Amino acid sequence: MRFVSEYRRPDLARNVLREIEALVEPGCPVRIMEVCGGHTHTIYRHGLQQVVPPQVEFLHGPGCPVCVIPMGRVDDAIWLAEQPDVVLTTFGDMLRVPGKRGSLLEAKARGADVRMVYSPLDALELARREPDRTVVFFAIGFETTAPATAVTLLHARDEGIENLCVFCNHVTIGPPLRAILDTPGTLVEAFVAPGHVSTVIGTRPFDFIARRYGTPVVVTAFEPVDILHATAMILRQLRDGRCEVENQYTRVVRRDGNLRALDALAETMELRETFEWRGLGWIGESALRIRPELAAWDAEARFDLPARHEDDFKACRCGEVLVGAIKPVDCKVFGTACTPERPLGACMVSSEGACAAAYQYARPVSLTTA
Amino acid sequence: MPALSNPLLEPLSDSALLEVDGSRLAFTTDSYVVKPLFFPGGSIGDLAVNGTVNDLAVAGARPIALSAGFVIEEGFPIDDLRRIVFDMARAAEAAGVPVATGDTKVVERGKADGVYVTTAGLGVVPAGLELGPERVRPGDRVLLSGTLGDHGMAVLLARGDLKLESELRSDTASVHELAGALAALGSGLRWMRDPTRGGLATALNELARESGTTVVLEEETLPVRPEVAGACEILGIDPLYVANEGKLVAVVSADTADAALAALRGNLLGADAAIVGEVRADPAGLVLLATALGGSRIVDMLVGDPLPRIC
Repeated sequence: MRFVSEYRRPDLARNVLREIEALVEPGCPVRIMEVCGGHTHTIYRHGLQQVVPPQVEFLHGPGCPVCVIPMGRVDDAIWLAEQPDVVLTTFGDMLRVPGKRGSLLEAKARGADVRMVYSPLDALELARREPDRTVVFFAIGFETTAPATAVTLLHARDEGIENLCVFCNHVTIGPPLRAILDTPGTLVEAFVAPGHVSTVIGTRPFDFIARRYGTPVVVTAFEPVDILHATAMILRQLRDGRCEVENQYTRVVRRDGNLRALDALAETMELRETFEWRGLGWIGESALRIRPELAAWDAEARFDLPARHEDDFKACRCGEVLVGAIKPVDCKVFGTACTPERPLGACMVSSEGACAAAYQYARPVSLTTA
Repeated sequence: MPALSNPLLEPLSDSALLEVDGSRLAFTTDSYVVKPLFFPGGSIGDLAVNGTVNDLAVAGARPIALSAGFVIEEGFPIDDLRRIVFDMARAAEAAGVPVATGDTKVVERGKADGVYVTTAGLGVVPAGLELGPERVRPGDRVLLSGTLGDHGMAVLLARGDLKLESELRSDTASVHELAGALAALGSGLRWMRDPTRGGLATALNELARESGTTVVLEEETLPVRPEVAGACEILGIDPLYVANEGKLVAVVSADTADAALAALRGNLLGADAAIVGEVRADPAGLVLLATALGGSRIVDMLVGDPLPRIC
């Protein structure tokens, strides 16, 4: 098995589409929200919105951990990069995200030592190789990437590597989903739940969505046939009057998640009381910080960060886009004042954001209308 | 660079066309800063010759001479320099074009990252051959001479920063024979380009904008090696945007498309050639992809450079 091409086969897709067509009812729209940038991308890259029946509408939710980092935190990262003898390491996605003081890429152009890494273990290796520098790792992501950060912290502690620290901006997936469901006027009828976060946390954390909010959830893989399959599973739940958390990503996700990853997280991190999400405001217990025992490796403990709060731009309607209340094209500044080159808000800053994906792949043009 | 603006530079195509005593000359230059200098499938020497020859070839020109300038860092190993020059000589011979003139400068250690090479090329465009975005019409077909993304991914993996092993090799080669085979089609050939930095997507976006047409690609027809597809998947890179150094993309009239494909496949370098799309009237200025699943999406112009120092 190659694990990619099988799940892109047009003939398999057609089979599932036939099932979807048999499950929808005329005049009955079904609004399915996915919250992971990877799902947003698959839907756009393969044009899935155009191949499903018109009753099925995909909404794109706040699953982009890059997008939701507030500008003030980006500014803090830039400040860190500008400190003497600091090397700031970051995933590529964060390089272009603008804070109020510009982006990390611009800081690099001005002379700050900013380097792209694919893993926090690369940052640890850099710390080993350059003992005279302080390597700071800009940690972002949901529970998907947090275990890698956790393991890195444990290695640093166990090996006594003191010139590494982590600027922790990990967020958790449950609270924003709850925030969406609590938003008055929310249109979400079902969730295509993120697949990779679930490899760590399992499917249990989504139970509250089915139990307390009566909303079906399908934990889904990332290829186009997977998303179509999940759509069929959701439609079947709705038709049967069921409301469950189902696992479509059985090839990788288990109900209880990855216990070793969860242990590493528990040993190194704890929940913050509250954290600011760009576009969504302050959400309680939605983010992680490094435990006090590991303060020596916590950038927020070692440095006195400016930690300024910066307001989003006034014209920005990201909060409404993030909960699926409006589509990117409904925002007045979409594609005009707000573009991927000059983003005004969270949804445009990273290619995983709903607005960035819409702009890149689907400005109101399609072959079926052209 | 507004200060340099003049009618020859205006079209900003790969080669400038000059009218000299009734003949049309193509004139082009490129600098090569690829890192690493040596990679599977070739070296900076191969790129320096093939890249410039290809810019002439896709202008429809028969290459007649190259120049080569070297900026060498003091202390650069002489054996490496010999290898690079040997590669250039071999590539020039394969392309049937002499390196007629050149220059060498040495700068202090630390000031040139090994070696930089600049080549310029001169070619003759046969009378009657007219190529350009203005010749492209709705209904025309888009042809690609082979697989996408081999060079960019080979160089990226050769840097060793990513813990990925593969047998990817750069496709660096001179495409002058492929271009010549297409030129023999006469007025059915509308436009050619070698899709280097920014990949096929960038070349076609420029065409769509300059010609005011839509270019629609068929995802299922795009030739991509499984190893390139796999590496791209892992790294989150789209092969449409990855550099190619031994390929050409051409737009031909619908009635010459089959002959054009046969002409490309008749050459060893064109064994994987395919008809990959067509030109439509609108929405003007865009490149679209018809996905294998029956949907569609825009293939946008790239913002920024995802893979620096690829060539």
